Amino acid sequence: MIRKLAYGAGAIGASLFAATAAFAQEATEAATEAATAAAATATETAAAAATTLIKAPTVEQMATMVNKGDGAWMLVSALLVLMMSVPGLALFYGGLVRTKNMLSVLMQVFMIVSIAGLVWACWGYSLAFTSGSTPFVGGLSKVFLTGVTSGTYAATFSNNVYLPELTFVVFQMTFAMITPALIVGAFAERIKFSALMVFVVLWLTAVYFPIAHMVWYWAGPDFLPDAPTDYGYLWGMGALDFAGGTVVHINAGIAGLVGCLMIGKRIGFGKEATPPHSLTMTMIGASLLWVGWFGFNAGSNLEVNGVTAVAFINTMLATCAAAVSWAIIEQIHHGKPSMLGAATGAVAGLVAITPASGFGAPMTSIVLGLLVSPICYFFVSVVKNKLKYDDTLDVFGVHCVGGIFGAIATGIVADPALGGQGVLDYTVFPYGVAEYHMGAQVLTQIKAVLLTIVWSGVGSAVLYFIVDKTIGLRPTEEAEREGLDITEHGERAYNY
Amino acid sequence: MKFIIAIIKPFKLDEVREALGAVGVAGMTVSEVKGFGRQKGQTEIYRGAEYSTNMLPKVKIEIAAADDLAPQIVETIQQVASTEAIGDGKIFVLDLAQAVRIRTGEAGDTAL
Repeated sequence: MIRKLAYGAGAIGASLFAATAAFAQEATEAATEAATAAAATATETAAAAATTLIKAPTVEQMATMVNKGDGAWMLVSALLVLMMSVPGLALFYGGLVRTKNMLSVLMQVFMIVSIAGLVWACWGYSLAFTSGSTPFVGGLSKVFLTGVTSGTYAATFSNNVYLPELTFVVFQMTFAMITPALIVGAFAERIKFSALMVFVVLWLTAVYFPIAHMVWYWAGPDFLPDAPTDYGYLWGMGALDFAGGTVVHINAGIAGLVGCLMIGKRIGFGKEATPPHSLTMTMIGASLLWVGWFGFNAGSNLEVNGVTAVAFINTMLATCAAAVSWAIIEQIHHGKPSMLGAATGAVAGLVAITPASGFGAPMTSIVLGLLVSPICYFFVSVVKNKLKYDDTLDVFGVHCVGGIFGAIATGIVADPALGGQGVLDYTVFPYGVAEYHMGAQVLTQIKAVLLTIVWSGVGSAVLYFIVDKTIGLRPTEEAEREGLDITEHGERAYNY
Repeated sequence: MKFIIAIIKPFKLDEVREALGAVGVAGMTVSEVKGFGRQKGQTEIYRGAEYSTNMLPKVKIEIAAADDLAPQIVETIQQVASTEAIGDGKIFVLDLAQAVRIRTGEAGDTAL
């Protein structure tokens, strides 16, 4: 019902108050009062509207609850997220490696996207988004998209608002595509292509689908009141992850760290210079990621309403703030703000705001963006150099660290007292507003982060081990020196 | 015949080429090169990883010229390419034993 608050004048006043003077005690009190008043109004409105809402609608009834605008936006969002992977992420990563490995990175991302799409349709969607016998993974009822047709529908976060199920399938597919593609940055320039492809299929199955199920699966607002335990483990725990801070970024970040440790350092790491071969490409890639991320975050609301706009503007502002703060740190530390720094800061901001995008407020998102850059900067330039692990493109330092910060901060910025969206109570029909306890929420967020780290860390380690013992993860030393473009793919990125 | 090799700052190339054209130089070969001399290198930093490059980009000009034209060429390059700062480059003059125009087979001064 927090959603409906936005329509009340009281709530607008409250969020303005909270946003502009979040740190002033009296403003916080005023905001809470106003929010309570607005909540009362909203409950009345909901009670009036409840007469027309249908609990547990049939498929025929769902067909009348589909909105053309929502459907169009979600298909566009799916395309935006695809654009994040190819060419966005591929160019962002590609520009950072040496000329001799450019194509290997492009090809890895391109093929991971293609393979993940097939795996998603064959068994991924079913394992992630159907009810399973445990809350840790879904069932097999929709393998090969069995029973998913133009006449089936997926729930959104609002009562009696549905999406064509195939739209939901393809939107979520793009998330399963980009997540394993993120990992490759950690061991770029030293991985055997075939081994990586096998690893990705196994990793999606054993790590990604279960975590996606745990965080995102639930029966939907029209069905949960009658099936109060039909949800994924972390969803049931109350963990907030709007667009994939845990599922995508922490998950991929840990898998990357484990991978770079198990595969080992590049030959010549720390001795030879390995500067990026084209920061132009990296800037283009980072910019495409930025644009695409609106599909990722705002699209994760699954419909178009006020919260979609909240997620949209929060994504914009956190990214701006993080790019600015990274540039300022470099200016202070090195005397020169770098393009790579600005691009990295923007990505860190995008990562941090991902779980919080639909929960925070514009001003708290700016704070989130300003804070994430110093933390990630510390990890990529100090911690990495101290511990000497060869995370080639800083998947851990940016995605995992930024993701952890964002996931925990979500528990803070979601607080209505800070202008946040709060949490909804879906156990009643129609859904209501749940009371918000910041401390308890932060604790829940930390538990979700830890579970993701352990599941992904252990799962990835086992899978790397299996692939290493069967196929072998690393190319020969000679191949690595020669460059993976020629030795793995038989072509060169640039023929001048 | 003389063979003149000049290493200059890249941004001076167009000026030098124009000035040499005015002196009567009919052709030259230009390449992008790297090297070091008294000028210090530069430091590049990528996400905290520092690389100091000792090699700086320069442009190398090679000209084959008749003996009487050579001193004028050297003087022109020296004057035009100078910024009076370290890193302006060097000019080397070598004796040239032979020159042949591939199309006609002409040799010596007429081949230049």
